[in-house]
Amino acid sequence: MRFLNRSAGRLSRHRRGRLAGLMMLVVGLLLTGSMYAAFAPAQAESTDTQAADVEAGRELFLIGCAFCHGQNGEGQYTVNGDQIGPSLVGVGAAAVDFQVGTGRMPMAQPGQQAPRKPESYSDEETAQLAAYVASLAPGPGIPDESDYSLEGLTAEEQEAAIVRGGQIFLTNCTACHNFEGAGGAMPRGGYAPTLRGVEPKYIYEAMLTGPQAMDSFSNGNITPDEKRDVIAYLGSLEESPQYGGFGLGGLGPVAEGLFAWVVGIGALVGFAIWIAAHTTRSSKKKVSA
Amino acid sequence: MTTTHDSQGGGAGLEQSSDGHHLPALPPEEPLANPGLPEHTWRPTDVDPKAEKRAERQVAVLFGLSAVCTVLFVVGYIALGIGDNHDTVLNYGASTVVLGTTLGGALLLIGIGIIQWARKLMADHEMVEMRHPARSSDEDREVTLKALNDGLEESGIARRPLVRNSLLGAVGLLGAPAIVLLRDLGPTPSQAAAADPESGGLERTIWAPGMRIVRDVVGTPIRASDLEIGDLVNAEPEAIFPTEENGYPEIEGVELNVAKSKAAVILLRMDPDEIIPGEGRDNWTVDGITCYSKICTHVGCPISLNERTTHHLLCPCHQSTFDLADSGRVIFGPAARHLPQLPIMVDDEGYLVAQSDFTEPVGPSYWERSHEDIGDQGEADL
Amino acid sequence: MSIDTSKVATTTSGAAATAKPNRAGAVANWADERLGLGTLAKKNLRKVFPDHWSFMLGEIALWSFVVLLLSGVFLTLWYVPSMGEVHYEGSYNQLRGIAMSEALASTLHISFDVRGGLLMRQMHHWAAMLFIASMMIHLLRVYFTGAFRKPRELNWVIGSLLLLLGTLEGFTGYSLPDDLLSGTGIRAADGFMKSIPVVGTYLSFFLFGGEFPGESIIPRLYTIHVLLIPGLLLALIAAHMLLLVYHKHTQWPGPGRTEENVVGFPMLPVYAAKAGGFFFIVFGVCAMMGGLLTINPVWKYGPYDPTKVTAGSQPDWYMGWPDGALRIMPGIESHIFGYTIAWNVFLPIIVLPGLMFTILLMLPFIESWITGDKRDHHLLERPRNAPTRTAIMVALMTFYGLMWAAGGNDIIAIKLNLSINQISYFMRVAVFVGPLLAFFITRRWCISLQRHDEQKLLHGYETGIIMRSPEGGYSERHLPISESAAYTLTARSREEVYDPEAQTDANGVPAPGGRLAKLRGRLSTLWYADNVQKPTAAELEEAHHHAEHEHQLQGAMEGRSADGHQFDGHHAVEGETLRGDH
Repeated sequence: MRFLNRSAGRLSRHRRGRLAGLMMLVVGLLLTGSMYAAFAPAQAESTDTQAADVEAGRELFLIGCAFCHGQNGEGQYTVNGDQIGPSLVGVGAAAVDFQVGTGRMPMAQPGQQAPRKPESYSDEETAQLAAYVASLAPGPGIPDESDYSLEGLTAEEQEAAIVRGGQIFLTNCTACHNFEGAGGAMPRGGYAPTLRGVEPKYIYEAMLTGPQAMDSFSNGNITPDEKRDVIAYLGSLEESPQYGGFGLGGLGPVAEGLFAWVVGIGALVGFAIWIAAHTTRSSKKKVSA
Repeated sequence: MTTTHDSQGGGAGLEQSSDGHHLPALPPEEPLANPGLPEHTWRPTDVDPKAEKRAERQVAVLFGLSAVCTVLFVVGYIALGIGDNHDTVLNYGASTVVLGTTLGGALLLIGIGIIQWARKLMADHEMVEMRHPARSSDEDREVTLKALNDGLEESGIARRPLVRNSLLGAVGLLGAPAIVLLRDLGPTPSQAAAADPESGGLERTIWAPGMRIVRDVVGTPIRASDLEIGDLVNAEPEAIFPTEENGYPEIEGVELNVAKSKAAVILLRMDPDEIIPGEGRDNWTVDGITCYSKICTHVGCPISLNERTTHHLLCPCHQSTFDLADSGRVIFGPAARHLPQLPIMVDDEGYLVAQSDFTEPVGPSYWERSHEDIGDQGEADL
Repeated sequence: MSIDTSKVATTTSGAAATAKPNRAGAVANWADERLGLGTLAKKNLRKVFPDHWSFMLGEIALWSFVVLLLSGVFLTLWYVPSMGEVHYEGSYNQLRGIAMSEALASTLHISFDVRGGLLMRQMHHWAAMLFIASMMIHLLRVYFTGAFRKPRELNWVIGSLLLLLGTLEGFTGYSLPDDLLSGTGIRAADGFMKSIPVVGTYLSFFLFGGEFPGESIIPRLYTIHVLLIPGLLLALIAAHMLLLVYHKHTQWPGPGRTEENVVGFPMLPVYAAKAGGFFFIVFGVCAMMGGLLTINPVWKYGPYDPTKVTAGSQPDWYMGWPDGALRIMPGIESHIFGYTIAWNVFLPIIVLPGLMFTILLMLPFIESWITGDKRDHHLLERPRNAPTRTAIMVALMTFYGLMWAAGGNDIIAIKLNLSINQISYFMRVAVFVGPLLAFFITRRWCISLQRHDEQKLLHGYETGIIMRSPEGGYSERHLPISESAAYTLTARSREEVYDPEAQTDANGVPAPGGRLAKLRGRLSTLWYADNVQKPTAAELEEAHHHAEHEHQLQGAMEGRSADGHQFDGHHAVEGETLRGDH
């Protein structure tokens, strides 16, 4: 986990404020806790409970998803052939976990862009839906924490992994998601969402399944280790301090230009007005010296 | 001539004129006469010794605070670590933030102090200075003209056109060395192409028949079966990565960067049914895997912003959009030409390889380029 | 007359001056005997500068240039202008071991291993942004107030050249770190050059020393960035300042201010203090911004690699508008005799900026040709008093602003949930229609403001006091404006439309000039015909008579406490009661 990596790996070289350590501890504990909650049921399952999950998932699917994706997840089309919802056969549990777990599905209305929003299903329900869709046809499964954790590597290996992850990120991801993962524009009103604050599991699943308009980066394209490295790089970016002060949203020169005009020119013109302004006047006359 | 306005004399226009100020006589069409400078009024700091003292202290305090900031700057410089042991405040780089705010504070406080001093304590009588026309006086012009004429006359430049013209010609020719000397800044495009017949110049890249397509960054070759529908691979020619035999690439340094800047490609695996095959391009793909140049035909940015659902590829620099299912045709934006496609096949070991080099130049248009867009000329360039 | 100020001046500096009269005197004497400083300083030490906030905008540019020189020299101590490949081994973990140019490696070294280095880099970059921004607002001030008119046209030209050179300087500096963003910019610049007909590819190959990217571009741009352009900038700034001193500063019209004088504060001490203080303030603001606001985090962009790109790849703001033109230009290309002309690149990025710069340069000359005004002008005009001029600049600003927005269309799209395609389609029309609309709206707006001024002059200002006459009618009370305000409103010249028909020679035959003269006549009509001219003395007199007549009608209230004076904000109301008797 990130928290452990910090103490074991390269980041330990960074001296931080006392509060930062405490914060990381709290964040780490929360993260561990929530992940445990997310994975514990999935790991401790027998085939019986699996079958029950699939059935429960099917119930949920028929109520919440079938309208767009069809009664059996085969997809729905309008009379003139436009797709309402794509087929879910073979997308696997990873796709469901990503789409439902980040609140993207169910969508408020069919469309190209599925924005992230508060989840509609509990973790248990999400797992049941995933189990059902996974039962339709084989597809990528939900990645295990060990898939995207640097745990077990030496400090040097961890550092090398982060460096390599950065290069893979800059080659494959920044074109859409921007060099800081701040997101970017896509054709016809689409956008690539921000990657900041996104849980590692979801980043992994997104690469694996190519949600919405995103290309997929299957394991034959980018290996699992490389996916792990990209996630480690993004984690290291988020953990690094903002070396140069406030980051202006990481949007590049447009934001910088805006700040130059509003903050810089604004302040300096304000000073100029003050410098040339008339001072208060007294009604008294000076006694001639 | 600088004169000072009499602040205590009332300052009515008439009085000023009599004092030698040049207020023009009122022409008939002017509605109002210039009333002259208003009477000077005093500031509290001029008339109230207490206010004056207060302002004095205020300015001194500002300068004192500035000194404090400067000391803090030095302390921060020494105390705050950078590099491997980067100190942070509020998750910002401590050194930069502290040095910046203390230096900024020191400078701002000096500036504000000086301005405050000028506003509150320095004399603030408005002064009047007369202007002079920018042109020189007639006498000066006359003298200058005469001097000029005398000089030219003595040089005989007007009487000796042969000397004058030959000098002008000689000096004019001196422009030639200045231009000629710049010739060796670089080779011409054709020289560059001749120097490297394999991949040099604007019309060729390092791609060659049978060259493997490998993943960027890691340099591993790609099997068709590695890719699922919807996969996008940022890829490179094998030649720019270390070979297995000797561990270093065939080319490096400048040559490598030049090769990369022309040869970068993207591989996209689509549903074969969705592809509209271009004329003569039927066998350019492998099971729906198509390969396009990554270099935008507009001004040359690398592009890989693909929408999986529509196969539309967007350039992040100027938003040219290409349809990868339709031979890379431009569907939006400033690009005028389709994206060059690399014909690919599978080699004996099952890896994706190029059938040949690109069949047209990659990257932005240029004068000597003779190919036209497939939209205009069909298969002429295919 | 002058005794008074000198006394005040000596009271503040006297103490210091009398402390060591002999030592200081000796030094002054030594210097003067060799340099003749006395004569030089005689005129200039107490040179008068008028005081107005808008006169200090150019100073922001001057001082940020000084900040640029200082921080730039600091950066050169570590920066290595080389494209030689090294493996980064500095303190920034995420890039350790990566191959990059020495240029980026040294930039990272400055950022992470030199204390204050990142601060200086950011100060340098912010100061560069402010340098060009302040030149532009200074230019706008000069244009809107008519300060470019004779005899200052050449200073306008010098100023425009400074803006052009500043932009080029900024672009070369943007390219030096050799990070992903710089490299993308250089690559685009390569595409721009290649679009130039006939010589394009040659220019590109000569500049890059062969095929892009080569290994020469960074050292070449470095020389241009630290030597060639700064040298030219320094020389032009010196010329700009010398001309300013020679012409003396323009001033706003007002009581006591004429075309023949300049009213303000002396160079020593007030103006020196204000200008010097402002230098520290500009420096301080740059330092604050450098310390608190990240600019160009090269470590996140990583080294330039011709196969990588990031969303939001944009030039710095001052190159944003031609970039916007490039984005909204339709993809048009011609093929003639086997040659290609890439209009889609050549027009927006090579032709358009050149055209716009030429227009900018020519503005003073175009105006003086149309108006035929060949007089010297030292009094400024309010923007409303030159409606057509103001409208021209607002139209140009609208064009610039729309292009600028088009240059940030991707960021606008994600931040405002719009579609880049729709933004582009909109802009393709808006860049033509917007400036025209802006021109007409601004021009009419200015003329309305002129009418308002005329109203104030002739009928006084609106007090906001509603009077009810004994008959029951209501009217708003108008009171005359002060003498100095009235004078200030009339302190502008009367304008005459140029009439080519009127230009006849002694025999009554129309003077030659033909079509050009007719064009000039028409433009002059556009320029002046709708403007409101100031009233003549007779008109003013008549209006005042009229007003007096009205006053008589309302005379019953005159001198009463509620006659309107109390509540118009122009008088002290202390000791006055609303209803009390006198």
